[in-house]
Amino acid sequence: MAPSHDEGAPLGPSYLDAERGLWSWLTTHDHKRIGVMFLAVLLLMFLLGGVFALALRVELLTPGETVMGRLAYNRAFTVHGVVMVWLFLIPSIPASFGNFLLPLMLGARDVAFPRLNLASFYLYVLGAVMTLWGIFQGGVDTGWTFYTPYSTATGRDLLPVLVGVFVVGFSTILTGINFITTVHTMRAPGITWMKVPLFVWALYGTSIIQVLATPVLGMVLVLVALERVAGAGLFDPARGGDPLLYQHLFWFYSHPAVYIMVLPGMGVISETVCAFSRKRPFSYRVIVWSTVGIAFVGFLTWGHHMFVSGQSTFGAGAFSLLSMLVAIFTAMKIFTWLGTLYRGSLWVSTPFAYVLGFIFLLFFGGMSGVAVAVTSADLHWHDTYFVVAHFHFIMVGASLMAFLAALHYWFPKMWGRRYPEGMGIGTAVLIIFGFIATFLPQFLLGNQGMPRRYADYPESFQPLHVASTAGASLLGFGFVIVAIYLGWSLRYGSVAGRNPWGSEGYEWLSDSPPPEFNFHAPPIFPRPPHEYGPPRADGEVDHAA
Amino acid sequence: MPHEGGARPVAPGASHFGDESSRQDAAHLGMWIFIATEVLLFAVLFTAYAFYRLTYPEVFQQGPAHMDVFLGTLNTFVLVSSSILVALAVDAVRGGKEFVSAALLALTVVMGIAFLSIKAAEYAKHVRDGALPGAWYAYEAFAAPGANLYFTLYWVMTGVHAVHVLVGVGVLVTLMLRTLSGELGARFHTPLELGGMYWHLVDVVWLFLWPLLYLA
Ligand code: HEM
Ligand SMILES: [Cu+2]
Repeated sequence: MAPSHDEGAPLGPSYLDAERGLWSWLTTHDHKRIGVMFLAVLLLMFLLGGVFALALRVELLTPGETVMGRLAYNRAFTVHGVVMVWLFLIPSIPASFGNFLLPLMLGARDVAFPRLNLASFYLYVLGAVMTLWGIFQGGVDTGWTFYTPYSTATGRDLLPVLVGVFVVGFSTILTGINFITTVHTMRAPGITWMKVPLFVWALYGTSIIQVLATPVLGMVLVLVALERVAGAGLFDPARGGDPLLYQHLFWFYSHPAVYIMVLPGMGVISETVCAFSRKRPFSYRVIVWSTVGIAFVGFLTWGHHMFVSGQSTFGAGAFSLLSMLVAIFTAMKIFTWLGTLYRGSLWVSTPFAYVLGFIFLLFFGGMSGVAVAVTSADLHWHDTYFVVAHFHFIMVGASLMAFLAALHYWFPKMWGRRYPEGMGIGTAVLIIFGFIATFLPQFLLGNQGMPRRYADYPESFQPLHVASTAGASLLGFGFVIVAIYLGWSLRYGSVAGRNPWGSEGYEWLSDSPPPEFNFHAPPIFPRPPHEYGPPRADGEVDHAA
Repeated sequence: MPHEGGARPVAPGASHFGDESSRQDAAHLGMWIFIATEVLLFAVLFTAYAFYRLTYPEVFQQGPAHMDVFLGTLNTFVLVSSSILVALAVDAVRGGKEFVSAALLALTVVMGIAFLSIKAAEYAKHVRDGALPGAWYAYEAFAAPGANLYFTLYWVMTGVHAVHVLVGVGVLVTLMLRTLSGELGARFHTPLELGGMYWHLVDVVWLFLWPLLYLA
């Protein structure tokens, strides 16, 4: 596509050129630069987690010991889980794209507390370094959930990891406070609550969960640390404590945390669905209220992780029902996206390919969630690969697809350049296919009784494991291609122009890449976001790719 | 031809962002949210307390008998009066009486340190008794199963609270210095208000710990 026309040359230097040199980046208060720095570190974490994922899949290629012993396997899945969940998925979209876009989408100069924002970045880096250092020097083998009493009894040194995750959590809280305050106090004149862009709504809901749930996690980590240091006894049956209390408190955070991972992704999808079907959202209000609904109900479902812990029948039934409620809100969202797509002028682009992947995987993963929320069925599937497949479909399939959609959709916004569209679409197909090949067999394995977190298995499970490992290799290969063509496009991509997608999102009203304070003059927002005109009568698509 | 979404609409001269009143609103809102997170932090400890109180009802009823109720109550008075002093300091700075405000803050800091000293004296007594958390618990006068959990919770709850008092004292000292240096005054005093809110939080948390651990 030729560079699009803009009204005249850009009025001033972009945020990338406003100041130069490494130091100006490391000390910046610009939310866009902070977002970019987060993105860089997050991608590094994703790479690390991914390498360990492949190592696990290689070990599982054959029964018995393939490339590592059992202890090494336990450590490897701990590295993988801790890095992916705590260091990548939880901060991913809010810290990178959220930081970059939230003020732009509200017509603000920056977030409400720019210095706090930078502090949040450094806290994250500090926490990540501590966590990684702790895992590697301590040989931690507890998995990402740190379940007691194992986590208080294992001979591995867990303390630095607990402190590291605590610090990362603190960074999350600061970002959440910043976002909520920004949405409340920094909206440009004209942006009423019902004109707030859908991605911002999603970030707002996410921030509320972060602010309410993360302190709980922080305190639980402190208690486990005390348990290890001082033998506090709170979770140790030998001293009168109860390990189940740990699970209650942990899942009180960690179940909402899964919505911290998936809600921002839903926001990305709401934006891109409108942009690539050139239609206003099927129902703005339903999308908003289901976001709020998920944020709320997410707090009431933690008990479904403990169906087999000797929970009372009444408790299990209540948690089962409440869990289904989340599925209803999610279904409402899926319905609005499909409604938006329906009879839209679909533009098959790279972000759009990921949108389709997202919707499919979220639907499939969500249905499997409903299945495990049925208490009797969960007795069969609990702690098997069925659960592993369920949460990978949702967390990786949906959150990661949304992350990739965001990466491609806002790439021109962030860098002012485009990437080769054909490569993009082809790789998206490869990644989605690789993903399904990796995790679909795991549902079958789980159903046959393959337990999670085992390095070994009987001969008869091998074909499915081989399929899964093959899929994982495709997936890894896909990411390498994405890294190559996006890296190449940073320098050599064609110039994008202000709004290459012809999107109606507020963020595209600014230059691409945006200037230092987002807008050369304070903008006004006369129309709702996502206000695409009525479809043209001749069915002609109003764009050229 | 891509659709460019029309010309850039711009409001000439409007400046909604960065003006002082919206910045103050933001600061207050941010502080309220932060306080909410602090409350949730303590909520975990209260949950654990409730959980073990249900598990070991007698122990948690007898526990307070092994506390120094006098010192605990004294500390309540210290903290509540310090909270009043902070409120007065905020009022003074709003009225332009910077020096009075700084003096009140100094008094508050003294009260904070008094609180910590009294707490330290109590801790010293527990250590002499052997009423230590978890594995180190060796308090013979109170040896029922679960008694160690009562004391574990006591140490964690008051310990986390004491850390907050310590941080609060640090915050108040900085605010006092900034007031004396003329940085905070009638025209700009948001940091002092926020610091005051934090100190009230520390006070309120103690008002819950005191009955649960000392009176019950
Ligand atoms: C929408 C985003 C969702 C995400 C990100 C997600 C994520 C997860 C994760 C990470 C786990 C496993 C945790 C572990 O033990 O390591 C899990 C388990 C579970 N999920 Fe989900 N989930 C989602 C949606 C749902 C829905 C909609 C339901 C129910 C209607 C559900 C029901 C369950 C149940 C019952 C388990 C526990 C199964 C077991 O351990 O036996 N999930 N989920
Ligand atoms: Cu859950």
